Amino acid sequence: MKSRAEVVIIGGGSTGTSIAYHLAKMGVEDVVLLEKGYLGSGSTFRCASGIRAQFTDEANIKLQKYNIERWKKLSEELEYDINFKQTGYLFLATSEEEVETFKNNIKLQNKFGVPTRLITPEEAKEIVPPLNTDFVLAGAWNPTDGKACPFKAVFAFAKKAREMGVEIYEYTPVTGIIVENGEIRGVKTEKGTIKTNIVVNAANAWAPIINEMAGLDRELIPIKPYKHQLVKTEPIEPGQIEPLVCPPAYNDSYVLQDGEDGGVLCGTGLEYGPTYDMNPTYEFLREVLKWATTIIPALKYVHVIRQWAGFYAKTPDKNPAIGKINYIDGFYIAAGFSGHGFMMAPGVGEGIAELIVKGRVTKVPLDLEWYDPHRFERGELRSAAFQIG
Amino acid sequence: MSKKDIIICRCNEVTLEEIEALIDQGVTDIEMIKRILRVGMGPCQGRTCMPMIISILARKTGRKPDEIKLPATRTPVRPVPVGILVGEIDEE
Repeated sequence: MKSRAEVVIIGGGSTGTSIAYHLAKMGVEDVVLLEKGYLGSGSTFRCASGIRAQFTDEANIKLQKYNIERWKKLSEELEYDINFKQTGYLFLATSEEEVETFKNNIKLQNKFGVPTRLITPEEAKEIVPPLNTDFVLAGAWNPTDGKACPFKAVFAFAKKAREMGVEIYEYTPVTGIIVENGEIRGVKTEKGTIKTNIVVNAANAWAPIINEMAGLDRELIPIKPYKHQLVKTEPIEPGQIEPLVCPPAYNDSYVLQDGEDGGVLCGTGLEYGPTYDMNPTYEFLREVLKWATTIIPALKYVHVIRQWAGFYAKTPDKNPAIGKINYIDGFYIAAGFSGHGFMMAPGVGEGIAELIVKGRVTKVPLDLEWYDPHRFERGELRSAAFQIG
Repeated sequence: MSKKDIIICRCNEVTLEEIEALIDQGVTDIEMIKRILRVGMGPCQGRTCMPMIISILARKTGRKPDEIKLPATRTPVRPVPVGILVGEIDEE
């Protein structure tokens, strides 16, 4: 193991591997990434693979519009097919009141260049043939949203980062952060100590534990792990449920066909926590399938083949904490993504790399004030980021 | 028989050639092999392929098969029709 590094990143999910790649791309030599398990094992490899710009506030819409542009070119850039597909997100309104909310959201998204539009139930059925439109009054449809393969994306970021000199140590839990006179000095792991002046906490659900190792109170940046789950069916015919389909009023439930094998991923807003327990529950299986078959009745004829759990690393306003931690020189954080880490990873990785290298973010529309990790201690919450499942 | 004709994962039609090529690229963690090639993620949940993949991996990396930890088993153990779980179908 290396004994010294310019930057040490803690966390090998989509965020951490993206930061590593972008730092190397910007010319930083000696980047080390530490992951306690295997790459992606925390939250990325458990996510539903969706990527959207349909948020309901300026900061997240702008960041995600940029991210979609990044995702479009990522396979080419990383020289590895990460299977990004613009299959859209289709939100469904079930009441007149919700139609009005959709109209306002669409107006805001359009203002920042996201081409969402209101569609009729008939149009929705053309996009998703087996959709039950009995309960649908209208849809919010953005065809530029999409999905990518989380496994391949992390693999590709890590592969490219390694080719550019980044050292990645898997199965290497961090045991301590060395801080002297308010400055980062190093990182202790189970396999040795690495001297460094810059640490990025990209541990998402585990980020408060890392902060505590640096001597900060766990509640300073109050990220809490909530167990969310997914159920996957056997593959169905391609083209049936390609977009992510979600009627938010139906307990934030959603269905979409996995871009890799065409099985249907089903999620719903039944969460447990805060907890680090990752065992799937039968209660969830029953609940999610009740909603999934309401949205797509024909699903009752297919088989469930897998169910698993992962964490939404939630902050009080469901927006991530991204930026410098002012109490310790050289300590940065990009965590607490509240279910949106994967979709945000390319731009967040680039933004953090810019911040470290240039001291500010110029290229990425990453609103550091909005995502300020110190907002919680000031009691300054943002409007909640739009979250489903 | 050519390695590209030998199917190791029947659910997702993954061949011996593909598995060996990935290991040769340096991907020797069974968790990553599983996800990149989607072996063991189909309806059989790895019951057919995982023991074979472990022996391929052991042979190619010089590890003992029992040193290679099996990936997590996911519920349900066997495929179950959605209709049964939502109570709309009594039997298959």
